[in-house]
Amino acid sequence: MAEVKRVERPLSPHLQIYRPQLTSITSILTRITGNGLIVGVMLAVWWLFAAAISPEYFALANAVATSWFGDLVFTASAWAVWYHYLAGLRHLYFDAGHGLEIATAEKLGWGIIAGSFILTALTILIV
Amino acid sequence: MRYLTARKRAEGRGASHTGTAHHWSMTLSAVALAFLVPTWVYIVGRALGQDYETVRATFARPFPSILTALVLVIGMRHFAMGATMMIEDYAHGTARKLLIMCVISLSTVIAATGLYALVRIAL
Repeated sequence: MAEVKRVERPLSPHLQIYRPQLTSITSILTRITGNGLIVGVMLAVWWLFAAAISPEYFALANAVATSWFGDLVFTASAWAVWYHYLAGLRHLYFDAGHGLEIATAEKLGWGIIAGSFILTALTILIV
Repeated sequence: MRYLTARKRAEGRGASHTGTAHHWSMTLSAVALAFLVPTWVYIVGRALGQDYETVRATFARPFPSILTALVLVIGMRHFAMGATMMIEDYAHGTARKLLIMCVISLSTVIAATGLYALVRIAL
C-alpha cells in the first residue's frame, strides 16, 4: 500500500467559490467590525490615559485624536460600532429562533446596513 | 454509591460536558453592552476634541467614569472571546495558541490602562 491512490474528491463550498450573498456578507462584516473596533478603543483609551497623566501628554494625544487620522478612525469606529450593534441584536433574534426565513433574513440584512449608516450620521450630527 | 447511571449523567451534555458557556457568556456581554454602549458613545463623542480641563471634569464625574469602567471591562472581555472565536476558525496549532494569548493580553492591558486612567482622574 505504498502507492497512495489520488482521488478527486468534491470540495464543500467555501468562501472563495461561494457566491456572495447578503446573509453571508452581513455575517462576515459583523466579525470584521467587531474585531476592527479594537483600533478605535485603543486610540480612545490612549487619549483618556494621556488626560490622566499630564497636560503636555494630553496635547499630543489630543492632536492625534483630532487629526485627519483620528477623524478617520473615530468615524469608521462609529459606523463599526453601530453596524456591530444592530448585527448583534439580529444575532440575538436569530438565536431565539426567529427571522430565519430567507426573505426575512435578507430584509433584516438590509435593515442593519441602512440602520448603521443612519445611526452613524446621527452620531456625527449629535456629537 | 451514586444512584445516577452513566447515561443519566451524560445525557444532554455532550462528550466534553461543556460547550455552551462561551456562547452564553457572549450573549450576556452582548446584552449588557447593548444597554451601555449608546450612552457611552454619546459621552465619549462629546468629550473628544474638548480641552484638557473639560475632559478631566467629564471623567471625574461618577456616571461617565463608572459607565466607562463597565464598557471597558465587559467590552474587552467580549472582544477577547469574540477574537478567540475568530482565531479558532482560521488559525491552527501553535499559531492559534499564541494569537489567543495575544488578544487576551491586549484586551487585558487596554482595560487595565483605561481603569488606571479613570482612577487617576477621579483622585
